[in-house]
Amino acid sequence: MDNKTVVIGMSGGVDSSVAAAILKEQGYNVIGVTMKLHETEQADGGCCSVSAVSDALRVAHKIGIPHYVMNFTKEFKESVIDYFIEEYKSGRTPNPCTACNRYVKFEALLKKAHALGAKYVATGHYAKITQRDGRYLLEKAADDKKDQTYFLYNMTQYQLAHTLMPLYAITKERTRQIAKDLGLIVAEKKDSQEICFVPDNGYASFIEGISGKSPEGDFVFDGKVVGRHKGIIHYTVGQRKGLGIALGEPVYVTKIDPSSNRIYLGVEGSQLKDELTASNVNFIPFDTLSEPIGCSAKIRYNSKAAPCTVFPEGDGVRVVFDTPQRAPAPGQSVVFYNENLVLGGGTINA
Amino acid sequence: MIYVDHAATTPLKKEVLDKMMPYLTSEFGNPSSIYTSGRKAKIAINEARATLAGILGAKENEVFFTGSGSEADNWAIKGAAKMAKGKHLITSAIEHHAVLHTFDSLRKEGYEVTYLPVDADGLVSPQDLEKAIRPDTGLVSIMAANNEIGVIQPICELALISKEHKVPFHTDAVQAFGNMPVNVDDWGVDMLSISAHKIGGPKGVGALYIRRGTRVANFIHGGAQEFGRRASTENVAGIVGFAHAAKLADEHLDENIQKLTQLRDYYIKKVKETIPYCRLNGHPTKRLPGNANFSFEFIEGESLLLMLDMKGIEASSGSACTSGSLDPSHVLLAIGLAHEIAHGSLRISFGVENTIEQVDIIVRELAQIVQRLRDMSPLYEKVARKQV
Repeated sequence: MDNKTVVIGMSGGVDSSVAAAILKEQGYNVIGVTMKLHETEQADGGCCSVSAVSDALRVAHKIGIPHYVMNFTKEFKESVIDYFIEEYKSGRTPNPCTACNRYVKFEALLKKAHALGAKYVATGHYAKITQRDGRYLLEKAADDKKDQTYFLYNMTQYQLAHTLMPLYAITKERTRQIAKDLGLIVAEKKDSQEICFVPDNGYASFIEGISGKSPEGDFVFDGKVVGRHKGIIHYTVGQRKGLGIALGEPVYVTKIDPSSNRIYLGVEGSQLKDELTASNVNFIPFDTLSEPIGCSAKIRYNSKAAPCTVFPEGDGVRVVFDTPQRAPAPGQSVVFYNENLVLGGGTINA
Repeated sequence: MIYVDHAATTPLKKEVLDKMMPYLTSEFGNPSSIYTSGRKAKIAINEARATLAGILGAKENEVFFTGSGSEADNWAIKGAAKMAKGKHLITSAIEHHAVLHTFDSLRKEGYEVTYLPVDADGLVSPQDLEKAIRPDTGLVSIMAANNEIGVIQPICELALISKEHKVPFHTDAVQAFGNMPVNVDDWGVDMLSISAHKIGGPKGVGALYIRRGTRVANFIHGGAQEFGRRASTENVAGIVGFAHAAKLADEHLDENIQKLTQLRDYYIKKVKETIPYCRLNGHPTKRLPGNANFSFEFIEGESLLLMLDMKGIEASSGSACTSGSLDPSHVLLAIGLAHEIAHGSLRISFGVENTIEQVDIIVRELAQIVQRLRDMSPLYEKVARKQV
């Protein structure tokens, strides 16, 4: 394998385009690859649509690197889409981007990269990989607003050792400026927001289209049935809007029980939790957690990291927060930080 | 760079471009115009038509220029189906998508289509055709030579059976034309599609031969071009280039066939000697002179093509990988290959500018790449271990 050869995943967006240009500038032998992940076409041309492929091809040509389309639809279905559907059907809230990073980008694509003779894969993620005392570490990016470490906490040491993220040091604004300076057509392209494989009519219809209608059931509040829900896949723990019932005060989803097909509601405050447990944990600076550690934790991408103590417990961890946190949703990731350093994370249990 | 994908397209010949240039520059007249520049363009088209008709053994008013080989296929099939009394059509399982997808569209319109199978070498059996023809059969369309595995069909026999049952017979000769003798009377076909860019001509021009008396609906409605049957201002330069490319191919046919066959057979021999666990797809001798299609076990074609490209070798696989499709080639599945073997296929199609030295380079690089990909395959590891 060649130390100076890198395969970069090119979605056709501004981040991966600029990442490719930076690597080329740094003297790497860069091979652009657009990953075909699914057959869904979104109105704005999602990440692996026909227009995304053509944008990536034009950018690759502009910066002078080869470009290929590789098909990962099988891997993506098995490790992302199937998981996504199963989680919702079990009353949980999945993290498809985390699964895609772990099993598709940094596993299946990395394997292909090695086959092509490249030592590394690169992405346009905003996160920083460093090395200390023989250990690969993951740190938050310089641009805190764009930091994507929440979706990268479960990368293995091998994956970190074979990954380049050249945007770690710059802000999104700077990325756009570089794209503009290089004359890349994607400089002004919007950031993608939606889940890439879900069509514009929403994730619930996508799931029901594949696995059938999610059966209606009861909303339970204060021990009493207070209304009907339209199927558990339509709801997330912590959700307040769109419940379609009026109880005189704001209520939140506090628990989704797939076995009874019931959704439990609670008033303001009831969704606050002092602690949670998590499984499928991965740690980055060390292999396992042997004693409690004080750090901070994020329970969703857009929330702030909150001070907590993490205790090893069985195969997983117990996380005790200094102050109660709003509605940890089973299935979502909890990610631990020590300042900028990512310690690791896990999947929040029911 | 070594270009060995002539079944996809061919480089435009210098002499052909020279013949085209006047019609892209000074001689810009519209062939339908009555004044001098229009007449000049009209004459050029008539001469081109005469040239092609001569090569095909057709009459001039039986040759119609189209925008591509795919258009010629669409016209022949849809046009004949529309005029047919019955609603049953016959084709083969290994046609080009220009034919297969046209039949698919007709099926949606209520036609019934029989897909004749092929044997392990890719050949359609005349007996199968005989059995498939029914009183309501309106068209038979079977390709002359296959684009993926190069197999050459017994077109004379197939067309004769069709004729005996009074069913019009169309053949897609896009791959055959310029690579083997093509004569509409020797073959006994009623319609035949050809394309310019497969024989050193420009892209964007093809032709359909329609035997006089064959009932085919017109395709593009508008002006009176192409005897009123296919409207559109003519692609004059393209048509002139097409005819000249056909003339050159025809004049050099014997020597080209000899040269391509030599390259092909040398490549096939070398691959078989050098790379274990491979198989040649398609009939060993009844195949296009420049075509060699191999399957390599324990690897996938996608990575193989990318790695060849990085070594400057431009070839193609059985599967349509560039479009990001994972479906294995319908042709390779039709000759009985398992999915995983069909995925590891490589089509090399030689052209007259290729050399024996290039074949040596291709085989050397190919052997290394195949080995590297196999080293990563858990399946191959098991096989290799068993041998030790």
